[in-house]
Amino acid sequence: MLRFILTRVSLVIPTFLGVTFLTFLLIRLVPGDPIEVRVGERGIPPERLLELRHELGLDRPLWHQFLDYIGGVLQGDLGVSLVTRNSVFSEFVTLFPATLELAALAMLFATVVGLPAGIIAAVRRGSIFDHGVMGISLTGYSMPIFWWGLLLILFFSVGLGWTPVSGRLDLLYYVEPVTGFMLIDTLMAGEYGAFWSALHHLILPMIVLGTVPLAVVARMTRSAMLEVLGEDYIRTAKAKGLAGKRVIGMHALRNALIPVVTVIGLQVGTLLGGAILTETIFSWPGVGKWLIESINRRDYPALQGGVLLIATTVMTVNLLVDVLYGVLNPRIRHSR
Amino acid sequence: MKRILLGAGLGVAATLALAAPAQAAKTLVYCSEGSPENFNPMVNTTGTSFDVSLPVYNNLVQFEYGGTKVVPGLAEKWEVSEDGLTYTFHLRKGVKWHSNNDFKPTRDANADDVLWSFNRQWKKDHPFHKVSGGAYDYFNDMAMPDLLKSIEKVDDYTVKFTLNKVEAPFIANLAMPFAPIQSAEYAETLQKKNQIDKIDQAPIGTGPFQFVAYQKDAVIRYKAFEPYWGGKAQLDNLVFAITPDAAVRYAKLKAGECHIVPYPNPADLEAMKKDSAITLMEQEGLNVGYLAFNVTKKPFDDVRVRRALNMAIDKKAVVDAVYQGAGVPAKNPIPPTMWSYNKEIEDYPYDPERAKKLLAEAGFPDGFETDLWAMPVQRPYNPNAKRMAEMMQADLAKVGIKAKVVQYEWGEYRKRLQAGEHQMGMLGWTGDNGDPDNFLHVLLGCEAARPGGSNIAKWCYKEFDDLVVQAKRTTDIAARTKLYEQAQVIFKEEAPWLTVAHSVVHMALSKNVVDYKMDPFGIHRFYGVDLKQ
Repeated sequence: MLRFILTRVSLVIPTFLGVTFLTFLLIRLVPGDPIEVRVGERGIPPERLLELRHELGLDRPLWHQFLDYIGGVLQGDLGVSLVTRNSVFSEFVTLFPATLELAALAMLFATVVGLPAGIIAAVRRGSIFDHGVMGISLTGYSMPIFWWGLLLILFFSVGLGWTPVSGRLDLLYYVEPVTGFMLIDTLMAGEYGAFWSALHHLILPMIVLGTVPLAVVARMTRSAMLEVLGEDYIRTAKAKGLAGKRVIGMHALRNALIPVVTVIGLQVGTLLGGAILTETIFSWPGVGKWLIESINRRDYPALQGGVLLIATTVMTVNLLVDVLYGVLNPRIRHSR
Repeated sequence: MKRILLGAGLGVAATLALAAPAQAAKTLVYCSEGSPENFNPMVNTTGTSFDVSLPVYNNLVQFEYGGTKVVPGLAEKWEVSEDGLTYTFHLRKGVKWHSNNDFKPTRDANADDVLWSFNRQWKKDHPFHKVSGGAYDYFNDMAMPDLLKSIEKVDDYTVKFTLNKVEAPFIANLAMPFAPIQSAEYAETLQKKNQIDKIDQAPIGTGPFQFVAYQKDAVIRYKAFEPYWGGKAQLDNLVFAITPDAAVRYAKLKAGECHIVPYPNPADLEAMKKDSAITLMEQEGLNVGYLAFNVTKKPFDDVRVRRALNMAIDKKAVVDAVYQGAGVPAKNPIPPTMWSYNKEIEDYPYDPERAKKLLAEAGFPDGFETDLWAMPVQRPYNPNAKRMAEMMQADLAKVGIKAKVVQYEWGEYRKRLQAGEHQMGMLGWTGDNGDPDNFLHVLLGCEAARPGGSNIAKWCYKEFDDLVVQAKRTTDIAARTKLYEQAQVIFKEEAPWLTVAHSVVHMALSKNVVDYKMDPFGIHRFYGVDLKQ
């Protein structure tokens, strides 16, 4: 088991270096540097441009800048945002809990709804329910997030007034951030009203962000279940006279879960990607919105650091999924 | 609306920050479009960051609410010497500073603070010069380092600025957002605590609203500053709810989650006009979008060609299609909200026949081939340059001119235009200090016609230049107005540009907002605003 984990970890290192190099290079390929993008119609005298570039270290050869950056990263220093002058790491840490909270709830929503829907669809294969679930999940999968978000806002927030339009907490409340997770912070502060408000604010973004993973989970569960339900051991279990629920819950689901867990793990990437749009629509103060602004402002250190940290998160989750996979299925860990 | 009204009364019990008495507290929520870099306008250039610092600070002089006229700020009055080189400011007495957990002021604002604030931007060895990046773009752009000879403290409440040359717009420059007065005592306190970066993140000012808290990318909170020298604001609390998407801002306004919304989607304007719960305000922006003819290149060295092009393009159709109601055709290079705007000027009519005749006179009976540069990005004065270029291209083809549309990446585009590589190029301008000099001298004067300068028509016309330079050296407004009016006549005759449009800026307000005024500079100010309960 330990060897298995070590092999997986060693594969992370080249990926990590690759991500660092690519983000470093790609953002610099975008025309306009951090100084030029904030200069308007007036332009900037060439001497002043050189002076400012020098101050930011942008006048040095690219490889030099890259080595400096890598050197910093290895020592845990992601640099300072060119715009706010705060440390990139501290900005990320301030904003990331908001994204994480949203992503976790979206995933929870996708699993809690998607898993049973997939199971029932598989068990009642060919029924109206099955067709319904598959039709809806196909629609959900192809739904443009931006449009879907606005649609929900117009219907539920503006039309019915059931949910707030955007934000994380009603403006009445001011809760000093401790963990950065609004649901936890409000409870810790003993502000139950604020807790409900935070929960209320989470509903729409959670649904919007959870829609694609929900569709994926439902479809995956259905096909995995169908496959397993056709196996000999299921027939044997039924022949033994086990109750239908037990056959499905114990024998079929446990085996069908393996591909489903993998897919859930892979959805973390989708979630963080989708968070960028969802956060913009719902004015959600997370890393997605922050990254978009960093691109617009050519804030190199913020963007590099942000992408790197997100990539690290995704890699860690995938690693955990791989390990969990081994736990769920002994065949995998013993074959290596 | 219920959420905010309820909020104003009941919510305060659950709040740490909004400490005003529960029943009466009036909280105005402004759905702002983006996050600020920090809270110091000295080091920033965007309207978004100016908006968040303006409630906190005062300048020596300031623009009147909703106008471009300069009125007293921390300076009660000022005198300009005979030779126009010395400005003496008499500071207001008894002006109080805000306080926060780190800082309790022990004295009122005085000359030391004024010197401290200007020196921070001006002197490279100032202990705070490097804080927040230390790029004082506007201070440099307005040529303050060249202009300033010295700033002296005469006594605690008198400061004397001496200039190197006469510059009438100087006083308007001081009213611009980049010149706020910060507290020297606060700086000293932070220095002792080794937290100098805080000066721009937890700002202390003398302004009508005191900064309370900023939750990054989400909410900025202010409360009214009771001892404000201009009288306490009618509002008790001011909240910026950062909402980057325009459609969502509109939804929040409709749902009663905010009171004031900037930059609505042009597509939503019709619906807003019809909505009885919303007031839609509009104002011509302090800007101009134009097409410049490079007069150093053939055939645009011939004034007849330039006039012909002014008549060949159906300006009204272009403006209607491109701005969709958020723009008005321009006839002068300065916007109509600016003093000295010459109303008497008549624009060239749309007349392709006469244009053809003029072209024939100039030796181009069959037209010619040229280029037409268009910005690759949306700008405040031009929402879609590409579309505009295509429409102009079609109009020009009707008089025999074949124009090729040219585009570059924005930074590159501006550089090449300023170098004069184009034949015809689109650009525009947004006013900085509300002074006509800021358009007429900066964009059309001889000094700016050099390669790399912002006069992209490269038009250096002595008669015109003499007028605008003289106006710069004259401090009397009435005399300057005459000079600028005359300059606009020459501009129209010589036609170095096709003046295209001034954009129209919109603001949507909930009906219970009272006395909000739109600012010609496109900045959003809330002192003087009230809420009907």
